[in-house]
Amino acid sequence: MLTLLLILLPIAAGIITLLSGERLAKQVALIGGLASLGLAIFVWQQFDPMAGTQFGFKYAWLAASGISFAAGIDGISLLLVLLTTFLTPLIILSAFKNTYKSTATFYSLILFMESALIGVFTATDAFLFYLFFEAALIPVYFLSAVWGGENRLKVTFKFFIYTIFGSLFMLVALVYLYYQTPGTHSSEITEFYRLQLTPGVQGFIFWAFFIAFAIKMPLFPFHTWQPDTYTESPTPATMLLSGIMLKMGVYGLIRFLLPIVPSGMENWGLMAMILSVIGIIYGSIIAIQQSDMKRLIAYSSFAHVGLMAAGVFSSSLNGLQGALIQMLAHGINVIGLFFIVDIIYSRTKTRYLDQLGGISQTSPHLSVYFMILLLGSVALPLTNGFVGEFLLLSSVFQYDAILGAIAGLTIILGSVYMLRLFQKSMFGPKSKWVEGFQDLTASERAVLLPLIIMVFWIGIYPSTFLKLTEPAVSQLLQLVNN
Amino acid sequence: MSASLLILIPLLPLIGFLINGIGFKTIPKGAVGIIGTLAVVASFVISVMTFNDFVASGSQPLVVPLFEWITVGDLRIPFSFQIDQLSLLMLMIITGVGSLIHIYSIGYMHHDEGFGKFFAYLNLFLFFMLLLVLGSNYVIMFIGWEGVGLCSYLLIGFWNKNTNYNNTARKAFIMNRVGDLGFLLGIFTIIATFGSVEYTEVFAQASSFSLEDPVIVTICLFLFIGAMGKSAQIPLYTWLPDAMAGPTPVSALIHAATMVTAGIYMVIRSNVLYSLAPSALEIVGIIGGLTAIFAASIGLLQNDIKKVLAYSTVSQLGYMFMGLGAMAYSASMFHVITHAFFKALLFLGAGSVIHAMSDEQDIRNMGGLRKKLPITFITFLIATIAIAGIPPFAGFFSKDEILAHVFEHNKLLWVIGVIGSLMTSFYMFRLLFLTFFGNFRGTHEQEHHLHESPASMTIPLVILAVLSAVGGFIGVPEALHGSHHLAEFMSPLYDAARQANPAGFEPTTLSHSEEYLLMGVSVAVALISAVVAYVMYVQKASVPAPDSAEKSGLQRLVYNKYYVDELYDNVFVKSTKTLSNILYSFGEFFIDLFVNAAVRLTSFSAKMLRKTQTGSTGDYVFAMVLGIVAILFWKLLL
Repeated sequence: MLTLLLILLPIAAGIITLLSGERLAKQVALIGGLASLGLAIFVWQQFDPMAGTQFGFKYAWLAASGISFAAGIDGISLLLVLLTTFLTPLIILSAFKNTYKSTATFYSLILFMESALIGVFTATDAFLFYLFFEAALIPVYFLSAVWGGENRLKVTFKFFIYTIFGSLFMLVALVYLYYQTPGTHSSEITEFYRLQLTPGVQGFIFWAFFIAFAIKMPLFPFHTWQPDTYTESPTPATMLLSGIMLKMGVYGLIRFLLPIVPSGMENWGLMAMILSVIGIIYGSIIAIQQSDMKRLIAYSSFAHVGLMAAGVFSSSLNGLQGALIQMLAHGINVIGLFFIVDIIYSRTKTRYLDQLGGISQTSPHLSVYFMILLLGSVALPLTNGFVGEFLLLSSVFQYDAILGAIAGLTIILGSVYMLRLFQKSMFGPKSKWVEGFQDLTASERAVLLPLIIMVFWIGIYPSTFLKLTEPAVSQLLQLVNN
Repeated sequence: MSASLLILIPLLPLIGFLINGIGFKTIPKGAVGIIGTLAVVASFVISVMTFNDFVASGSQPLVVPLFEWITVGDLRIPFSFQIDQLSLLMLMIITGVGSLIHIYSIGYMHHDEGFGKFFAYLNLFLFFMLLLVLGSNYVIMFIGWEGVGLCSYLLIGFWNKNTNYNNTARKAFIMNRVGDLGFLLGIFTIIATFGSVEYTEVFAQASSFSLEDPVIVTICLFLFIGAMGKSAQIPLYTWLPDAMAGPTPVSALIHAATMVTAGIYMVIRSNVLYSLAPSALEIVGIIGGLTAIFAASIGLLQNDIKKVLAYSTVSQLGYMFMGLGAMAYSASMFHVITHAFFKALLFLGAGSVIHAMSDEQDIRNMGGLRKKLPITFITFLIATIAIAGIPPFAGFFSKDEILAHVFEHNKLLWVIGVIGSLMTSFYMFRLLFLTFFGNFRGTHEQEHHLHESPASMTIPLVILAVLSAVGGFIGVPEALHGSHHLAEFMSPLYDAARQANPAGFEPTTLSHSEEYLLMGVSVAVALISAVVAYVMYVQKASVPAPDSAEKSGLQRLVYNKYYVDELYDNVFVKSTKTLSNILYSFGEFFIDLFVNAAVRLTSFSAKMLRKTQTGSTGDYVFAMVLGIVAILFWKLLL
């Protein structure tokens, strides 16, 4: 029941936001977001990592066909629900300083998005998962297409159609799997785990899932929609896309691809791994020369997600645990970084590094927050990025030493583009664009402070989260290795 | 020994950092300096107490677990500390020299607007440096390793309005990260081999490996890549001379006395592994030797007082690795200690000179300073004698011990070492004479402003001078009828290694007369260089030519540091940038063609599908019939 409440609460909050009128909308939305966070924390308190999927519910949807409206929470789901509910109120609050036309609609879309995301992370029925997977696209599409930059229509249309194109492959795979289930058929994900598929079939299913999730994350070479979309979207939508939505793809790999087609993994995992590793290096190298800060972070995010995927394809405990904790860390860092860029943009009206410089002279607080998020992003030990990157790289290294060493170049390249980003905006002589630059306001700090706390929490005491997911991950890996 | 006291050693500087870092705008300057310095001094006092306890209680190594850090499956990486001979020695150097440099900084940085920030960073550095040497496993060492790199970055770019300084800071961080990747791959190999990163477990298991086992050699080489980065060895040394952009106390503390010796610490810590991999040690020794002579040769022609000292540091670190290569772990540690004294002193002395000279660093514009800066002069002189290897000052004993071991191990490297000594003595006395002797060559304004530094700066100079003079007596060789306290103290560290590779630990076969001869050679070489430098720069009073002057080919090559920076810039930096541009413009365009095709395909099929939704019942019936026929067809035929 709690799971259903988790999914419905943001919808309810979204509707109330819509009805509350333009003036109150953002406050109402924030309260709605915080309420969801409170509920998620309550669920976390009740949760027992050793007890498998909990708080489940199941309503017959298409009863005769065995398709049901079923959801529940295990450690993996809970981690992503916590990520979603933690970040959503911060995303809402981060938008306060800008004025968006049709405020009520704007904020309610964020909440609808939250609901769909929680649905994706908790669905235990494959078709329900698919439903939420597609539904999540709609609010963010409108956010980007209505409130985005100059090229928004062209860019968001491409993004929308392309990701649907990917999902169609998954749909075909799901329908096929559904018809393979015995008796009157069932679309419960755990039923899919029990199927005995021939290696040939597994190969097809592997690639069908791969394409769908690879486009979503995105992985090389399915990524070219992403930098444009991240750059053109209004920052709250960029945050939703990069902070949470891309995790749908990684989650999909973990929940579907690994356990359903283990021999597909065996045959094709190396190739997927190689693509992921290429993406890490490719994205990092491109990020080095970017001048638009948003685009730079977009490519960095693309590189990071490649490493997560590589960890998943290593199908090892280190890799999966690393991917999970990195999803959490990446969500926090990338949202913080996009917010910093948004703050700079709203003050200076430029996002181009060539036009910036010397901001730290007038804004020491901003530069300190920026530095900490950056350190998290370049995986400095005792920050959140390190734990994930350490586990991920060690898993890739154990899978194949050479690939591990190549993937490891990310720690060098990451510091190259991130320090350049920091230096060109914060240090050096003050540029004319940053004249009169104000340091952080109270509400901006209210967004950044929780993020920073999480940077250190995950970096210093990751056990909180590692322990949450380990039993579920071990169970999943047993399916893969059998 | 109480564990809570031990935790305070790194915790106090961390607290100092937090107080000064958060309150740097509101806390008055006086208080900032006191808080920052007290944190380190207290840490030093606790380190000394811990040392005494350790010796009193029979020198038993101790692991103090704090909390569970990263645990995944069978891999446990606890956050815990290890106290033994090695970590204690490092603790004392770091907090001891650290205290002196904090006190010095109160005077040196007094006029700087970033005073609070400076002390905060310095304390943060000490926190990470102490973690590095206190950790009981490789990953805790890695925390410190990367943490000191961060602080080094922040402090090199301390005056961050200057774009050049920022660039050198960034270069230092990135080059260190190249090394860090090697370290990380070493850790991964350790995990894959031993399933643990804890020193005690790894070394216990390693003892059962055979000599030259490829896995052990691989681990050693990976770790050494890390050491090359942090300790500025060929090919990863070019960041250190550039790091001189930071304030001078930073150069003394981080880029001379402590952080850059982390690589030596790492090898000594891993002595069990290295002793099992003589071929890896051979590489360590060769790299060390090459670095020692290469950097010394660059130092011969530099005219920036800090640059000379920086190349000297690179060169001295090379000596330490040369010693490690000959399995003379204790001798290298000995040199770490004496070098910490005299090199910190040289940098602080240089700082005092720069302070007096109104930020002038070019020795061609100095001269005759010994009258106006007597304390700085005397202390700088002592340090120069110490580094040149003239007895009975500290550097003589440690360098000589390294060279004696190298002589037994590899004669060619010994020759390189002696030539390096020759150069060391020359560039140091050249520096001394050009700075403190002859006539003043600066501007009138500078001359008018010349003054000896305040007590907060000269007292640390005097203390370090005393240590540089007498520090060598902790390791007097038997040949000189002394007893080597340091070697005895450190000996239990190699128990496991001694069992695994007994041949490597056999006592010296050199007779006393051979040892005297070796000592005689290195002392003679140092004295000859000093005399030559005296003749050139004092008697003939020659001054290095200005930059604009014509230089011979070889001079130009050395003066421009063999163009290594330019080489790296072209090979790595520019090519990466070009690749980045190519990938961005062509790679992305090419991939996008496929994406666009997929988008068009989807929209096109959507349009087609939409056409089937005509709304006409006739069409639907037709489609239904078609479907039924198809199903029948399928069922009947297949």
